[in-house]
Amino acid sequence: MVIYSVYIVSKSGGLIFNYDHSVPKIETEKTYSFPLEHKLVYQNKQIVVAFGQRNGVMVGHVLLGVNGAPVNGRTIEDEKNPRDAFEVLENPENYPINLKFGRPKMSTNEKIFLASMFYPLFAIASQLSPQPRTSGIQSLEADTFRLYCFQTLTGVKFILIVEPSQTGADLLLHRIYELYADYALKNPFYSLEMPIRCDLFESNLQSLLEQSEKAGISSV
Amino acid sequence: MTVHNFYMFDRYGQLLFYAEWNRLRQSGITREEEAKLMYGMLFSIKSFVSRISPLDNTSGSREGFHCYRTSKYALHYMETPTGLKLVLNTDNVAVNVHELLKQIYSQVYVEYVVKNPLCNLSEPIKSDLFEAQLDAVVKQSHVFTSKPT
Repeated sequence: MVIYSVYIVSKSGGLIFNYDHSVPKIETEKTYSFPLEHKLVYQNKQIVVAFGQRNGVMVGHVLLGVNGAPVNGRTIEDEKNPRDAFEVLENPENYPINLKFGRPKMSTNEKIFLASMFYPLFAIASQLSPQPRTSGIQSLEADTFRLYCFQTLTGVKFILIVEPSQTGADLLLHRIYELYADYALKNPFYSLEMPIRCDLFESNLQSLLEQSEKAGISSV
Repeated sequence: MTVHNFYMFDRYGQLLFYAEWNRLRQSGITREEEAKLMYGMLFSIKSFVSRISPLDNTSGSREGFHCYRTSKYALHYMETPTGLKLVLNTDNVAVNVHELLKQIYSQVYVEYVVKNPLCNLSEPIKSDLFEAQLDAVVKQSHVFTSKPT
């Protein structure tokens, strides 16, 4: 089984903890000839593929490297001469050129944004319920992953993202809740609603996830 | 197992059809408002799912997500390549609801709305035949039992 990541959202909807356990790296490296088969645009301080999805490079992927040198913003961080990536790509003399594309990593800001986005979805799901006294979303099945959410009585939400074939993650969520109670709440230096920065919590969570990945959830 | 209610939206978010069977609780807002809230939630879930997904969606399906479950009910979602959205709320033990949604699309919507020259596809469905056939298909399905458990 594969556990992708764990999020903990406080009762006011803010992200207080995030741990990426095994997020797969999606990168494609290929040598291109002129003209380039992907249309690239510069947005959010990244060079993003906007059109021309082929050979494993999808729309939304980011240009990570040119001829082995990393790309930062729109400049190629070549030690000898940093250059503008678009100028290099537009010049036919630079081809054949080796480009590395990859799926962008989520930034911390994006994670905070997504965690607070889940909060209203959770609330609306219980408002639109055809049955009385329903909880919010407990599991969500998507094409590429499955999301499990466990809300404690005090309103803290534990969110687990696992691969789609995985079942029985609610057990694991209860174990994470135990760890939270033991290593975050009992820590005198931890204040409620604040981001969790407890080494013990993190290391115990890590070993719990590793154990359940190796031996299955029933063993935890 | 039981079926609670059914929504159908066109690609612009307009409610085309609504039906309910064993709905035990009304949301307390008008049907129109409720449909907007439902469509808004589905729209946000789709965007949420595509952003939080650790992998690229390579299956080429449009919906991105299939269903969510709460403690009492489950929402099943299907979207056709034309952007037609079908939503079916059942209790949370129902299985294979996706098959039922596909059946509703191919055997009821396509047969009695798309092939009906009097139905305008961009307007709410007023066909009695469609309503009757939908009712029959849902009531015959294994997901449906008349008595809520």
